Parts: sequence; C-alpha cells; structure tokens
Amino acid sequence: LASPMVHCFYFRGGAELLFDGVKKHQVTLPCQPEPWDIRNLLKWIKQNLLKERPELFMQGESVRPGILVLINEADWELMGELDYKLQDQDNVLFISTLHGG
Amino acid sequence: MPPPRCSRCPLPSSLLRSRSLQPFCRRCFLRAFESETLQALRNSGISPQPGHAVAVAASGGKDSTVLAHLLVRLNRERALGLRLALLGVDEGIGGYRDEALAVLRGVGAALPLPLVLVSHRELFGWALDELGPALGGRSRCTVCGVFRRQAMERAAREMGADWIATGHNADDVAETVLMNFLRGDVARLRRAPRGSPEPAVPRLKPLRHAAQKEIVLYAHFRGLPYASAECRHAPLAFRGHPRALLKDLEASRPAAVAALAHSGRRLALGAAPGAGAAPGACGRCGAVASGELCMACVLLAALDKGRPKLALGKRGLRVATEGGGGHWGGGEGGGGHQDGGGGHRAGFPYKELTQPHGPISARDANKGQGGGGFPYKERALPRGPISARDANEKRGGAKCPYEERALPRGPISARDANEEATVRWRGAVTSLPARSR
Repeated sequence: LASPMVHCFYFRGGAELLFDGVKKHQVTLPCQPEPWDIRNLLKWIKQNLLKERPELFMQGESVRPGILVLINEADWELMGELDYKLQDQDNVLFISTLHGG
Repeated sequence: MPPPRCSRCPLPSSLLRSRSLQPFCRRCFLRAFESETLQALRNSGISPQPGHAVAVAASGGKDSTVLAHLLVRLNRERALGLRLALLGVDEGIGGYRDEALAVLRGVGAALPLPLVLVSHRELFGWALDELGPALGGRSRCTVCGVFRRQAMERAAREMGADWIATGHNADDVAETVLMNFLRGDVARLRRAPRGSPEPAVPRLKPLRHAAQKEIVLYAHFRGLPYASAECRHAPLAFRGHPRALLKDLEASRPAAVAALAHSGRRLALGAAPGAGAAPGACGRCGAVASGELCMACVLLAALDKGRPKLALGKRGLRVATEGGGGHWGGGEGGGGHQDGGGGHRAGFPYKELTQPHGPISARDANKGQGGGGFPYKERALPRGPISARDANEKRGGAKCPYEERALPRGPISARDANEEATVRWRGAVTSLPARSR
C-alpha cells in the first residue's frame, strides 16, 4: 500500500525474556494490502519476533493484561489501542508490569 | 490521531491516569504522582517527623526502586528532614535475588543512600534455595515471607530506624484482600491492611494508593533502572491466582483495584475477642511474638529438626515450645497443597500460624475432634463476626445459631441484640438487667 516503514520496537520490564533477551528491535515491516494497525502488528510480532511462550505476551488479539504499550512515548489508550495505524518511524515500547517489586 | 491535550496544561498527553482516566502529559503526571505520594505519606496516621530515621525496604524491583527515589526527592524538595537508608534482604534465591541485589547496589550508589544488607543464611542459617528437601513438599513462600519480615524487623531495630517503608502498591493491597478472602483468612481481613496489631517497627506504605501501571510509567519517564526478573518459585505462590483474576478484571473495570483495597480497609473490624492479649517477646530470640515463640523460631525449630511438616501442623508448636501448644489446633488450612504424610490434613496452614489465640470456635472444634476431623464445614459456616460465636460458647457450642444469624449484624449492637433475643426466647425475663461490660 505504502512504502515500507521502519520502526523500533522495544521490550522491557521482563518482556524481553520472551524475545531472546533482545530489548531493541529495528524492523522494516513488509508492504501488504492490509493496513499496519497494532492488531496486525501484534500478529506479525507473534509470528516473527516472539521466541517462546506466546501466552505470556498475548491474550486473544491483544497484549496480555499487565503489559503496557507506549507508541512514541504515549500510552496506546490515547491513540486508539489496537486500531491505531502505524506511521513511518513510529516507536512502540512494550513494558511488562507482571513481576514483583 | 494525535493524543488529546493534558488535563492540566496545553501540552499533548502521554498517558491516561489509572483512577481518574484523565489524560496527563509527562511532566504533570510526574508532579501529580509525587504530590500524591507525599499525601499518602502524611496521611499514614502518625507520619514521620523531621529527624526520624526511615529504613526503605528495597529489593531492586520496580516498586521499591521508585519508592527510594521518591523518598529521596520528596525529602529534598519538601524539606521533610528524614534520615533515609536502604534495607535489602537476601533470601538466598539464586539467579533472582542476586541479580536484583546488584541493581539495588546501583540504586544505593546513584541516590546516594547507605545500603544495609541482611541475609537469611546469616540470620537463620537457611538460604531459601536450600530449603527444598527440608520443606517436605510445602510451599517455600511461607518461609520466605516469615523470615524476610523478621529479618527486616531485626535489621531495622539494629539500624535504629523509626520506620520501615515498603513499596506495596494498590494492586498488591487489592491482591492481598482478595487472597485473604479466597483462603478464608478472616484473622488477616480483620486487621487493617495498613497496620499490624503488634508493636513492631511501624510500617509506612507511601505507594499504597499508587497503581502498578503508574509506578512503572514513573520509573520509565524518570529513567530509573530496576530489576524485573520473576522469582522462580513464584508460579507456586497462591498469590498468582488473585493476581491473574485482578488483572483480567482490571481490563474491563479499572476501578476494581482501588475499590478492593478500599473495601479491605473498611472491613477491618478490630481483633476478635480473646485475641486482644498483648503480644510478648519470643522466648528464643526476643522478637515480637503473639505466642511463646515468634513464627520464625517455630519454623526454624522444625526445619532444624528436619521435621518441617510438624512446624506447620497442629503438633508443631508443641514440638517447638516443648510442652506448650494446644493453642494452635487443627493442622490444616483451606488451601490446596498436597500433603505427603499419612493422616495429616492437606492444606496451606500458614494462616494457622498467624491467627490469634483465643476462643475461635472452628479451632476449638478442631481440637475437640482430635485434629482428625474435617473442619472445613465449621470454617465455611457463616457464623457472623462476634455475636454468634459468643452465643455459641455461652451455650456450650451445641446449638444451632440460626436465630443469631438472622439478626442484623454489626460489631457490638448485634451482640447485645443477641442477648436480648436469647433472653426473650427463653421466656425468662422480659427486660434486660443492666450489664456491666
């Protein structure tokens, strides 16, 4: 649909353990007819980046409750959550809050 | 879609606050969070005064790291005049605690604050990982918590601290309330979540109203590093159940977390009658104890003797106190842990250790049955807070308290009403003689 988009995805707060311990992923998303909203992005992450235990990252089509999502340092709840359409150079940060403090 | 404007200033917002669901920008959020924590600190009943020493219980995890930073910042910006130090406990859990302690040392250096570290192995002779065989299949979270609190107490006293501040957040408090309900731990539900009846070093929980999500975001926006590994024994902890329930509920009803914590505080009705005996000192180590020995010494005695099941069972206190006992009664709890021994009740008896002494009918009933019966029935019966139990015991516990249960409850008035009803029912007297209380 549009030119390929480059993004940085970050996983913190323990979520990185599901991604081989890698906290920062620089990614070029492939062109596809469906728009790149967060819903499709999560599916893509599950297939391509997630290394183990998908149930600890996702629940249904969304992230597991307790995982915060920040798009360009803003809470995704402000941006439309799963319906937000990714723009080029958007950074998405996933922080897990599911551990002791 | 650009984010909405902040509620307090013209900047674009960065998050929705958990309780009010209002949009806030990063700067206004940080400021609001800090002033709310200060408010919680001041609303703690008796709050710390200038010159007081506060030991900040820290693990290197997100809550205690944020707490330490907040206290240092507030101390400086609002001139609170507190003397602060970090207190870390090493339970001896490999791969989890040692990593967190490394982060903790970094926090201590960065703030900077002095760091006092105590370890289970030094204090009690047992690192948590070594407990495996000695536990006999019981959950080690029991032992971990009891020892850790004891370790914090002792260290705080030796440090000369006036307060121990912990990083419990609103989600923790809500999970605890739910957990106590799920386990039937009425003794704990009676006590205010904020306080303990024992005259230990008083606790401060400045983050008790703070949502876990906001704590994580605070740490993120301030760039505070923390350890985020999960204890490898955590999957066995019962707390996982209320935690999962609450997380799912929060997704559809965010207010539930704060509401649950609020309910728990309002439920605190004060100690049950007969349990009001002032706690004394442990016969072995001098720590605060509600029995002859403190919980840690009871556990230790049994661990050292190699018979841990007894410590957590009805005969345990007798073994540990050499001839005392009898107070603790039936050796089982309402939980679901398997027991390998023959004839011993399965269950999670940790709450047995902490229930107050005194005439609580379920426990007496347990004793009467010689511990072999299944007292789940008693515990499940809604006896009502105080009135029904008193009435039961006066009448020798044999009658059905149905009349009492039908009466409206309430702390003292129900008891009076019960006595009136009893008296009328027997047709003995038509009016109640004057009572002395």
